[in-house]
Amino acid sequence: MTHWLIMPVVLPALLAPFLILAARYHMGIQRVFSVAGVMAMIALALGLFVKTMDGTVMLYQLGDWAAPFGIVLVGDRLSTMMLLLMAVLALFVLLYSIASKWDDRGRHFHVLFQFQLMGIAGAFLTGDLFNLFVFFEVLLIASYGLMIHAGGNTRLRAGVQYVLFNLLGSTLFLFALGALYAETGTLNMADLAVRVQMISVDASVGIRVAAVLLILVFAIKAALVPLHFWLPSSYAEAPAPVAALFAIMTKVGAYAIIRVYTLIFPVDLEVTAGLHGTWLLPVAMVSLVVGAVGVLASKKLDRLVAFAVISSMGMVMVAIGMFTEESIASALYYIVHSTLSAAALFLIVDLIRQSRGHLELRTDAPITSAALVAGMFMVAAIAIAGLPPLSGFVGKLMVMNAAFDDGLAVWVWSVILFSSLITIVGFSRAGSVIFWKAQSDGAPVPEAGRSVPAPLSFVAVGGLLALLVAHTVFAGRVYEFTTLTAAQLINPEDYSSTVLETPGKLDDAKAEDH
Amino acid sequence: MEILVASAIGILTAGGLYLVMRLRTFPVILGVSLLTYAVNVFLFASGRLTIGAPPILTDATTYTDPLPQALVLTAIVISFGMTAVVVMIALGAYLGTDDDHIDDAPGRGEDVV
Repeated sequence: MTHWLIMPVVLPALLAPFLILAARYHMGIQRVFSVAGVMAMIALALGLFVKTMDGTVMLYQLGDWAAPFGIVLVGDRLSTMMLLLMAVLALFVLLYSIASKWDDRGRHFHVLFQFQLMGIAGAFLTGDLFNLFVFFEVLLIASYGLMIHAGGNTRLRAGVQYVLFNLLGSTLFLFALGALYAETGTLNMADLAVRVQMISVDASVGIRVAAVLLILVFAIKAALVPLHFWLPSSYAEAPAPVAALFAIMTKVGAYAIIRVYTLIFPVDLEVTAGLHGTWLLPVAMVSLVVGAVGVLASKKLDRLVAFAVISSMGMVMVAIGMFTEESIASALYYIVHSTLSAAALFLIVDLIRQSRGHLELRTDAPITSAALVAGMFMVAAIAIAGLPPLSGFVGKLMVMNAAFDDGLAVWVWSVILFSSLITIVGFSRAGSVIFWKAQSDGAPVPEAGRSVPAPLSFVAVGGLLALLVAHTVFAGRVYEFTTLTAAQLINPEDYSSTVLETPGKLDDAKAEDH
Repeated sequence: MEILVASAIGILTAGGLYLVMRLRTFPVILGVSLLTYAVNVFLFASGRLTIGAPPILTDATTYTDPLPQALVLTAIVISFGMTAVVVMIALGAYLGTDDDHIDDAPGRGEDVV
C-alpha cells in the first residue's frame, strides 16, 4: 500500500502548525514555506494524477483497517484531477496575495490558507461520507478565518451571514448522514452504493429523504438557486485572493454531487428516480439565468463577478444534471474553465480596486496601467461569458452537444444561449464604464490613494489566463481525458471493488458479515 | 421511548428554525445551537435505541451500535467550535456597526460615524 495518497492532507496539516508555532512573527519565512508547501502540493497532485490517469483506483486504508469498517481515502481520475486543479489555483492565488500584500493585512493568512487546502484536498480524496462532512468543516473553519481576513465592518457582517448559512448547511448535512446511516448502516461510499441497491422501492421513504437532504447540502456548497444567497456578498466582501481561492470551493459542491449521484444514487436507481432529471436540471437552468441577470443588474464590479460565478456554476450543474457520460465529461471540462476564469476575474477586480479605490460602476478617472488591466479583464470576461475563442465557448459547445439527446434539449439550448447573451451585455457594460468612459471623462487623476500593483500580481493573473488559453488549445486532449473520467464514474465497478475487496485488518469479520 | 426521542428532536428542530428566522444574531445563534442539539440526538437515534446494552461486541446477544456515538461526539466538538467562532464574528460585527441584523437591507452595515 502506498502512502502517497494521504500526503495532500498531511502536508498542509503539518505545515500550518509549523507556520503558526515557528514563524508566527516572520512574514518572509511564512511566505517562503507557504509557497514551497503549495509547490510540493502541485508535485504530489501531479504524481497522483499521472498515476491514476490509466484508470487505476488508488486506495489508502487508514490504520490498515479494511473498508467498510475503516476509513479509506480513494484516488481515481476525478479526485486527482480536482486535486491538481486546486493545487495549481492555490499557487497563483498565493503569489497574488504575496504580491498585493493581502497576506500582511491581518494575521495568520498563510496558516489558514494551508488549512483550507487541507480541507479541500481531503474532501476530494475521502471515500467516506462522514469524513466528507469532517473535511467540509475543516475547509469551512479555515474559510471563515480567511473570509474576515483584514477585518472591516462590512466584511465582518458578510462573514456572519456566511458562517451562519454554512452552519445551517452543516446541520442539514448531519441530518442527511443520520438518515443514511439509519437506512443502510454504513457511511462508506462504495458500501453505501451496494446497500442502497438492496432497498426495495416500497420501503424507500427514508433513503429518498436522505438523498434529497444530501443534494440540498451540496447545492448550498455549489450555490445553486435558490440556495445561492450566501454567495454574492461573501465573495464580494472577501479579500480578493480569498475570493479567488473560493472559486474552487463551489466546485467542491459540484464534485460531491458528481461523486455521490453517480456512485451511490445513479440515475437508473429506482428508489431515487426523478431526482436528477426532474429536479436538478431545471434548478440548474434557473441558476444559470439568475446568475446572468445578476451580472446585468450589479452596480458594483465585485458583485458582478460573484453573480458570474453563480451563472457559471449553473452551467456546470446543467451539464451534470443530464448525467450522461458525455455531459459529465463536458461538465468536468467546464469545471476547470470556470475555476480558472472566476479566480482570474476576482484578482483583476482587485487590481482595479487598488487604483480606483472603489468598484462602483460609474465613470471615474482612468486607472493605473489601464491598458494591461483592461486587456486582462477583456480576456477573462470573454472566457467566462463564453465567447469564442476561449475555453468558455468550447465548454458551452460541449455541454450543448451533450444535450442533444436529452428530453429538455430545447430548454437547455435556449437557456444557455440566452444567459450567455445577458452575461456578455453585463460584462461589456462594466468594461466600457470602467475602462473606456474613464478616458473621455476628463476628470483629474487624484494622486492620493493611487498605487501601482506589483509586477508579481500581473504574473499571477497572467498565469491564470495563460492556463485558460492552454485549456482552450488542448481542449481535445482535456476532453479525451474527461471522457475517460466520466466513463469511470458511470461504471464505478472498479471503484467499488477496489474499496471493498482490498484486504486489511478485520478481514475475517467482514467475511462473516456478508 | 421512541415517541419521547422523536418528539424531542421535532420540538428542538422547530424551536431552532423559529429562532433562526428571527434574523438577529443572538436568537439566530441560539437557534443554530438548538438545531445542533436536535441533530445530535437524531444521529444518536440513527443507530437504533437500545437500553442497557454495552457499545462493544461481547458474548451477550444485544449491543448498542457504537458508531453513531462516535459520530455524535465528532459533531458535538465541531458544532461547539463553530458556535464559538460565530459568536466572536457576530460580536465583532455588532460592535463595529451597532446593528445585529443578519439580513442585508439598504443603509445597514454602514460604519458608525
